[in-house]
Amino acid sequence: MAKEYSFYPGCSSERKASASNYMTSVESMCETLGIKLNQIPDWNCCGASIGYAEGGELPRHVMNARNMALSEAANPGQDIIATCAACWLGTRETSERLRSSDSLMADTNEALKEAGLEVKANQEVRHMVEVLIEDFGYEELAKPVTKPLQGIKIAGYVGCQTNRPFGIDGESFENPKYLDKLVEAVGAEPIEAYDQKVTCCGGALAFSEPDKSQALIKNIIESAYDHGAEMIVTPCPVCQMNVEVYQHQINRKYNTRFNIPVMYYSQLMSVAYGGSVKQAGLNGNIVRSKKLEEVAAK
Amino acid sequence: MSDKNAEIMQKYHNDFLKEVEANVEEGDSVSMCMQCGVCSGSCPLGDAWEHPPQEIFMMIRAGKREVVLTSDSMWMCTSCYSCIVRCPSGLPVTHIMHGLANYANRLDIAPKMNPTRRFAKIFWDNIAKTGRVNELKLSLGLYFMDGFTGGIKNSLAMKEVGLGLLKSGRLDAMGLFKPGGIKDKTGLQKALKKAREIEDARKGLS
Repeated sequence: MAKEYSFYPGCSSERKASASNYMTSVESMCETLGIKLNQIPDWNCCGASIGYAEGGELPRHVMNARNMALSEAANPGQDIIATCAACWLGTRETSERLRSSDSLMADTNEALKEAGLEVKANQEVRHMVEVLIEDFGYEELAKPVTKPLQGIKIAGYVGCQTNRPFGIDGESFENPKYLDKLVEAVGAEPIEAYDQKVTCCGGALAFSEPDKSQALIKNIIESAYDHGAEMIVTPCPVCQMNVEVYQHQINRKYNTRFNIPVMYYSQLMSVAYGGSVKQAGLNGNIVRSKKLEEVAAK
Repeated sequence: MSDKNAEIMQKYHNDFLKEVEANVEEGDSVSMCMQCGVCSGSCPLGDAWEHPPQEIFMMIRAGKREVVLTSDSMWMCTSCYSCIVRCPSGLPVTHIMHGLANYANRLDIAPKMNPTRRFAKIFWDNIAKTGRVNELKLSLGLYFMDGFTGGIKNSLAMKEVGLGLLKSGRLDAMGLFKPGGIKDKTGLQKALKKAREIEDARKGLS
């Protein structure tokens, strides 16, 4: 039987948005695993990691609480699942704060009343990776693999927001292993010694402080090369974008010759489950992965 | 100096710690800092902070109100949360830095030209209006914030990135002309306006 979840896709997953290929591969992965995603009707932005500055505290929580209220009404009894790291973090933070403060709950509902809504914060807020690890488990995830990604060396770049402050599956903040284990589950070779796996990519500051952020991104890519990686894999749309799209600019600035694919875990899984180039969203990468496209075409 | 700022200064006299505790997100935990400096050493942009978090905490206790609130230090936070998970005293360092930046922004004494402050404003206006991020409008808003000539220059510098996204189907070339966003924009806008009113009233800023 299909497992059902209340789904919060987030802005970057929309059609023709920066993580639209993430969404494509998630759909393909979920179909194989029998996961049914019930989209939250009329969901809005979570405020992302930069919304605090102009938005403030209560408006930020109201943004997230609106989604929670819509989810509670449309998909009662289901966990809220986000695929984006910032969406997950923002919504979970609001959920925890609402649960621990009666006055914040009252203020939030007073504001939401203006939109005819009421929030209870009675649904768990989880990341897609948690669903995979906790509701399925690595063994279960390996079962539908028809095309193991044999011999492909992959650096698991976990980044920040699917790791801190909440963490995944109780793992260490300094050296989380879940991405390496997912890589193993699809038959590829994780680079366990990759030492930049939890380094920040600059996040939203890649836009406003490009030089400072690109210095961080350079380290993230360089270490992947140093350890013999053929590609980088990540669970976060901001990490994916920042590490992939600035490679040209970094090459110019630092005289490097970076050209490494940066994939989502869901793309690896879709390909390993027999998905096509299109189903795995491989045509949505700027630095295309020949290796994965070969496997997908087999 | 803004009127609000003068009014607030009057209200708290020289007790900046008390002001931060009352008005800044998670500000009531500032006095728990034991000055170990792990937060400062953990920050990915640590070198870019004129006053790293540990110093900010001490300066708050020392009443250095203007230096703290007009600093661009907090605007270097990338929201990586390394400081939070490592702080031995359990301070929500990230949230306090966000809170200080927001408070300085609200009082309009934060550095005017700081690019992250300006980007954050464009971002919030973008999402509060329609409920969802329009990535094309957001990027162009950022590139053109210093006028037309600078905008063209910035856009050209970002040409490869934009074209790459366009070619891979990850940027909507028509994004400028599409209304987009959520259906109940009015409801969201009303709720956000109310939220701002409640928050301002609680902080004596209305």
